[in-house]
Amino acid sequence: MVSGLINENPIVYEIKERRDVRAYSSNTDELSVDAIDQLEVFDILIAHHIRDIKDPEHPYSLEQLKVLTEDSVEVDDTKSHVRVTFTPTVEHCSMATIIGLCVRVKLMRSLPPRYKIDIRVAPGTHATEAAVNKQLNDKERVAAALENPNLVEMVDECLSPSFE
Amino acid sequence: MAALNNLTEHLEAFVDVTRSPTHHAESLKAIATSLEKGVLSINQLVVEMDMYLTTTDDVVRARGILLLAEMLDYLKSKPLDNAVVHSLVGFFTAKLAEWRSVRGALSGCLALIKRKGVAGVVTAVDAEAVAKSMAQSIQVQSLALYDRKLCFELLECLLEQYPEAMINLGDLMVYATCEAIDGEKDPPCLMIAFHVVELLARLFPSPSGPVASEASDLFEFISCYFPLHYTHTKGDEASIPREDLSRGLSLAISSTPFFEPYAIPLLLEKLSSSLPVAKVDSLKCLKDCAVNYGVSRMKKHYKYLWPALKDALYASTKTDLSFGLESLTSPGFGMGEIHREAVNLLQRLVKQDISFLGLVVEDIRVNMVFDTISRYSRYEEMLDTSKLEVLVVSQILSVSARSSVESCNIIFETFFSRLMNTLGIVEKTSTGDLVHNEISTVSTRLYHGGLHLCIELLTTSKDLIPSSEECTSTPESAQQSWCSIVSRFSASLIEAFTSAVQSSNDDCSADAYLGVKGLLAMGMFRGGSSPVSRSEFEKILTTLTSIITANSAKTVKWELALKALVCMGSFIDRYSESEKAMSYMAIVVENLVSLVRSSHCSLPHPMILEATSEVCSTRPTYVEKMVEGFEEAFCSSFSDFCVNGNFKSIENCSQLLECVTNKLLPRLTEIDGLEKSLVHFAISMWNQIESSVVFSYDFNGREFVEAAMKTMGEIVGVASVDSQNSIIQKAYNVISSSTLPAMESIPLTVAALEGLQRDLSTRDELILSLFASVIIGASPKASIPDVKSLVHLFLVSFLKGYIRAAQALGSMINKLGTGSGGTNISTDCSLEEACDIIFHESDSSKTICGSETFLGKICLGFCGSLDHQTRAITGLAWIGKGLLMRGDKRVNEIALVLMECLKSTNSSGNALHPSTMKHAADAFLTLMSDSEVCLNRKFHAVIRPLYKQRFFSITVPILESLIVNSQTPLSRTMLHVALAHVVSNVPVTVILDNTKKLLPVILEGLSVLSVDSVHKETLFSLLLVLSGTLTDIKGQQSVSDNAHRIIECLVKLTSYPHLMVVRETAIQCLATLLELPHGRIYPFRREVLQAVTKALDDPKRRVREEAIKCRQAWTSISSRSTPF
Repeated sequence: MVSGLINENPIVYEIKERRDVRAYSSNTDELSVDAIDQLEVFDILIAHHIRDIKDPEHPYSLEQLKVLTEDSVEVDDTKSHVRVTFTPTVEHCSMATIIGLCVRVKLMRSLPPRYKIDIRVAPGTHATEAAVNKQLNDKERVAAALENPNLVEMVDECLSPSFE
Repeated sequence: MAALNNLTEHLEAFVDVTRSPTHHAESLKAIATSLEKGVLSINQLVVEMDMYLTTTDDVVRARGILLLAEMLDYLKSKPLDNAVVHSLVGFFTAKLAEWRSVRGALSGCLALIKRKGVAGVVTAVDAEAVAKSMAQSIQVQSLALYDRKLCFELLECLLEQYPEAMINLGDLMVYATCEAIDGEKDPPCLMIAFHVVELLARLFPSPSGPVASEASDLFEFISCYFPLHYTHTKGDEASIPREDLSRGLSLAISSTPFFEPYAIPLLLEKLSSSLPVAKVDSLKCLKDCAVNYGVSRMKKHYKYLWPALKDALYASTKTDLSFGLESLTSPGFGMGEIHREAVNLLQRLVKQDISFLGLVVEDIRVNMVFDTISRYSRYEEMLDTSKLEVLVVSQILSVSARSSVESCNIIFETFFSRLMNTLGIVEKTSTGDLVHNEISTVSTRLYHGGLHLCIELLTTSKDLIPSSEECTSTPESAQQSWCSIVSRFSASLIEAFTSAVQSSNDDCSADAYLGVKGLLAMGMFRGGSSPVSRSEFEKILTTLTSIITANSAKTVKWELALKALVCMGSFIDRYSESEKAMSYMAIVVENLVSLVRSSHCSLPHPMILEATSEVCSTRPTYVEKMVEGFEEAFCSSFSDFCVNGNFKSIENCSQLLECVTNKLLPRLTEIDGLEKSLVHFAISMWNQIESSVVFSYDFNGREFVEAAMKTMGEIVGVASVDSQNSIIQKAYNVISSSTLPAMESIPLTVAALEGLQRDLSTRDELILSLFASVIIGASPKASIPDVKSLVHLFLVSFLKGYIRAAQALGSMINKLGTGSGGTNISTDCSLEEACDIIFHESDSSKTICGSETFLGKICLGFCGSLDHQTRAITGLAWIGKGLLMRGDKRVNEIALVLMECLKSTNSSGNALHPSTMKHAADAFLTLMSDSEVCLNRKFHAVIRPLYKQRFFSITVPILESLIVNSQTPLSRTMLHVALAHVVSNVPVTVILDNTKKLLPVILEGLSVLSVDSVHKETLFSLLLVLSGTLTDIKGQQSVSDNAHRIIECLVKLTSYPHLMVVRETAIQCLATLLELPHGRIYPFRREVLQAVTKALDDPKRRVREEAIKCRQAWTSISSRSTPF
């Protein structure tokens, strides 16, 4: 068992103040459609009024550690496709797969089933980038991972609400 | 004897530590009451307790002593014998040395020391003994939390109540306090400890006293807490808030000048920290110190204090200066807490010692600003650093100037002329003329930074002008120096500001903002000694007014000028400056009012109205003037329309009326005399309508009539009864002179109504609507002439389709005969008679108002056309509402008629038209909901409490049975609509009491109403009722019983296409259902999850957000193996 944390002293960033510039379409207009956009997906992942995905290793949220930013989410509502690119805090972070799995589970639970979800590690930020990407986007392997009760428990722990 | 027996019992109970705390409290209470009643004396108690107080068993002895102490605490206000007190205090003092019983001893001492103003007080000698014993034998920090608190309280009490005795003890007390505080960490204890230090400092003010000699140690013990930081922020809610404790610490630090050599360096060091809390606390504390330590002691720190303070100001100022409307009367930038405290400290220091100002005046950084200010002309162009310099320096100078007249003089003497030179503003020459050609060259270069500085200084200085009564007492020469400087420049300053405003264009609001703000500052000097002369003041007003009248669109400039004028108006009113008020009246008010009157100017009408109403509401005399102007404007526009058919005029009229309703009426309570003017306005409206006999042109819009009705109704609503009477009388006269009385003679038969094909003329329609509004607004006490014919008139008019008439009739029925005193309409016509006329029975033998009446017959379609039928239903609803609200039984029969209309066929077998049924269903909404337009508190309706509940209990059972027996789907739907109206307007507690019965009907209603999009609003209100029952404990059982049906219904509603809020609420309800027992809801998880998953793809974001939450919640009750 390796004692100690992988990244003992991460840099914590201040959370950028988010201004909700999207106007909710007015209540009177029942027919207008609010398309799912970048900010909404980011909110799903980050906004604390829903749930925080926490770093498995630290009590900070992924946004505070800049693992996820608003720009790292790409959404195409018409093609039902979303791609999330995350940046592990250190190159050898063994938690990258767990973070990716959390992101995937969170999005699977929160987006309409028609969406195809693509999770990637930001290029050049992880030692075993290709392996992690492959693992995260392999349907079989994800399904298998979620059969593992220990892993599911860990993911649920990460997705559980944080009481700030 | 019995008392004594009980006593032993209670004593045993208290001493026994194995018993529960409630037991202990009970026995305490019992003994205390017998002591209070005098059944038992304190002597007897002590004798009885002898064994407990002296036993060798430590635990029992401690409890015994504690019991005695508690008793004394109970008897705080009961007179006792001095000897008893003496011996008791001796006893407790002795026990202080014994650590096992220290709590009892401390409480006992405290209870005795606290005695004040009753017979039996501890003597000074005894108090001294207590203090000595405590100082010598108690190690405070080794005690438990509660005991420590007692110790500090005891110290505090001793110092407060026996100062002389404590002075005798001298050093001992200071040592004891030092020792007690050392290492204390609990906020409540610290709070008292800080106060103790303060008391000590007050007790030993002499420089050779113990506090002076121990100052260094004592300060060390308290300074280690600075700045206060709570490590455990949550949990203990009884704890003391940080602010209070920090205030206590600050008072302790500043309590004695002997702390000065230690305190100021420490505070300055903490001020330089990067922690905001430390900065704020240090600034606050420095201010306290400045007050308490005195000038001579503070003086030596000035050279360190000033740079630190300056740094704090620079660090806490943000550079984004707002040129917006809202900052016209404020500094214009955000003030953080640090900034506020720094400003307070600076002001304090300057006020206290003028020599501090020397540092400010000679500061290089401050002086440099004046040299660099002319480098940039526009604020946006300035670098952030120079913006910061300007803002901070303007703050420093204005705060220093505000501190005293003296400092203001110095600041102005040093800086103002320099500033004026930089800005190129010239002095008035000795003859009072300006050198004009020079002005014209310099006016092109206005430096925003300089203007800002200048305005800040002017704004500050205006507060220093003493009010007229103070003025006489202070010598003129001493304070006028800054005034004379300003007055030398005033004319050119005004000129400069004016040109700034005038040269500004729309894309640059800064010019306009600074110009207007400058003019405002110049216009706000108070009193006779103002540096701005009357002619200059008038010039300011003229400039601002001309901005308002010249602009034809609502620009920033226009709004700024208006706000400035309003500010000046209220300023004049506040300080009752009669001379300025006259100028204001002549220049601003009359100008604007004449614009309203003329209605031929470039300015759009709504803008004139807005400007006039804003400006004039600053002073009652202006209001009077304005309403007069409005009256005239209304009359001339109205007659212009009637005679020339000018549609522009009638549009102006409606805008004017809207202005009266929206701007003036809400401020009725603030402005004296407004009611009177408005009543006059209403009467002249009637006069004008009366005099324009012929309308040569027809209206093509309802707008004017609507506005007139609203204004008239509201004016009557707010007027006093006497004024109401005069308006009603006037209106009645107009009615009688019109062709309307002809309608009163029409008999109430279908044939006659059919014969009345011709519509009312435009004028009659206007008169009728206005009169109805008057009646709606009238209070029950007002007297209405000739009620019988009016009832008839309204009856005929609503059958002709004038809903306002039906509302008026409802209001009349509601208020008839309820006014107190016999001098009103009730003599003319009683409720019975009125009802007789309305319901007009076909067989006049018995008084009923059910389906046999003429109205009932029309409603049910026995006679008359479909139009008559729907109108009659609507009218009946309003009449019913009037009756319902006053609690009259007749409403029941009306409800029956309405329900009859909801059946698919009437009693003679003829099918009812769908539109009839729809109107009848909506009638229930009219009956139950709170109306905005009539029959509410504003319009003096008679409202019996619980009337909704009563109607609910009468109608709901009938509606339910009708639903069960309904024959056609349409009828069923309509019955559900009616039921939904009743259910959703009744208070939720009523629903909760009947959940069991109602829930199935509500669920059925929800599914019936979800079929057609027409009923979406009704559906939503019914859904809200359902959601109300889900969360309440009262409804829980029946919700649980009906869970399957509720879930089925809600699942269907999650995809309701016509209203987003319905979907959103349905999903929220589903999430709430998770509170039900697990076994009850678990079977439905698949169904719910499926529906919610579908809702994840909802077109509306809000629905999706709810769906995500709901899905997460429902997933968590499913098994772990299906994570999605």
